[in-house]
Amino acid sequence: MHETFNSGRGEPDPFAPELRERLADLRARQPQAEPELVAEVVKAVLTTMSGDLNPKEVSLLAEVEELGRTIASAKQEIAALKVDDITDSHIPFATDELDAIVAHTASATHSILESCETLDAVAESLTGADATKLQDATTKIYEACSFQDITGQRITKVVATLKTIEAKVAHLVATFGEHATSHPLAGAGADGSQQTEADLLNGPQLPHHAMDQSDIDKLLASFE
Amino acid sequence: MPIDKSMNVLIVDDYKTMLRIIRNLLKQIEFHNVEEATDGAEALAKLRSGNFGLVISDWNMQPMTGLQLLQEVRADAKLRGMPFIMVTAESKTENVVAAKQAGVSNYIVKPFNAETLRDKIEKVLGHA
Repeated sequence: MHETFNSGRGEPDPFAPELRERLADLRARQPQAEPELVAEVVKAVLTTMSGDLNPKEVSLLAEVEELGRTIASAKQEIAALKVDDITDSHIPFATDELDAIVAHTASATHSILESCETLDAVAESLTGADATKLQDATTKIYEACSFQDITGQRITKVVATLKTIEAKVAHLVATFGEHATSHPLAGAGADGSQQTEADLLNGPQLPHHAMDQSDIDKLLASFE
Repeated sequence: MPIDKSMNVLIVDDYKTMLRIIRNLLKQIEFHNVEEATDGAEALAKLRSGNFGLVISDWNMQPMTGLQLLQEVRADAKLRGMPFIMVTAESKTENVVAAKQAGVSNYIVKPFNAETLRDKIEKVLGHA
């Protein structure tokens, strides 16, 4: 204790003059040390150690210390999650898989359309009910094949979402993790103050959110 | 007024499959003179150098979107009366409003059927 407040290690001690003054005062009042006096001295020392902190500041200091412990704990948890795997492996794998789905469905649609065009050519050489029947069937196939455009757009949205998550995870790791990476945050800087055309491009809506053709016809008619 | 089905129709979409589908559906309703473009800029160049009676365009394309193409068409003295149908998966109210404000002739939401395409073409060309 004595050594703590002594400048014996050559370091300046801002509390030493005040402490020495208090000790000298106590010694002058009571040359013989008593337990109560020793307690008073200890209290004075502790008060000196915490400087001039008031109760609010002491409470704030405790909060800051708790925050520090929480951050240290979060860092450990993030390290345990192996977040690098998310950005290095899981998300690139998922996006590659989705790209493959788009490529395969495009290839399948191409084959279907080719066959359908052959049937259309046959229909042209026929007459009467058979020609009509065949053309109705090919029309339905053409209509159904537009799924490839819709699914492609939906998958593109999912890939964009995955890439946003990837960027956010990278940002989290850079902030808290041991192995910081420096991926930029996707979409950062959009202030949202005014709607731009980019805000309008959301791709296909989910069925329960979407307007159908009759809703759009009504909306268009409202302009007339 | 009977519709002249020998007119040149320009279809614009960045999905080759979609172009193929629309081309085949148009062929079934006897529009045989169909040209294709895969974005707004290519479409605009074709419109300025060719003789078209109808544009059927997707919206979400790069580098020039369908909406930008529509705005360019409406701002061009020679093209401003061109019938223009937007065919897109964008189905929010604000999309339809924005397209209408830009001067779209009609709006078809994907996925669509042949009957809707035929109906909208007849409406647009009937008013042209």
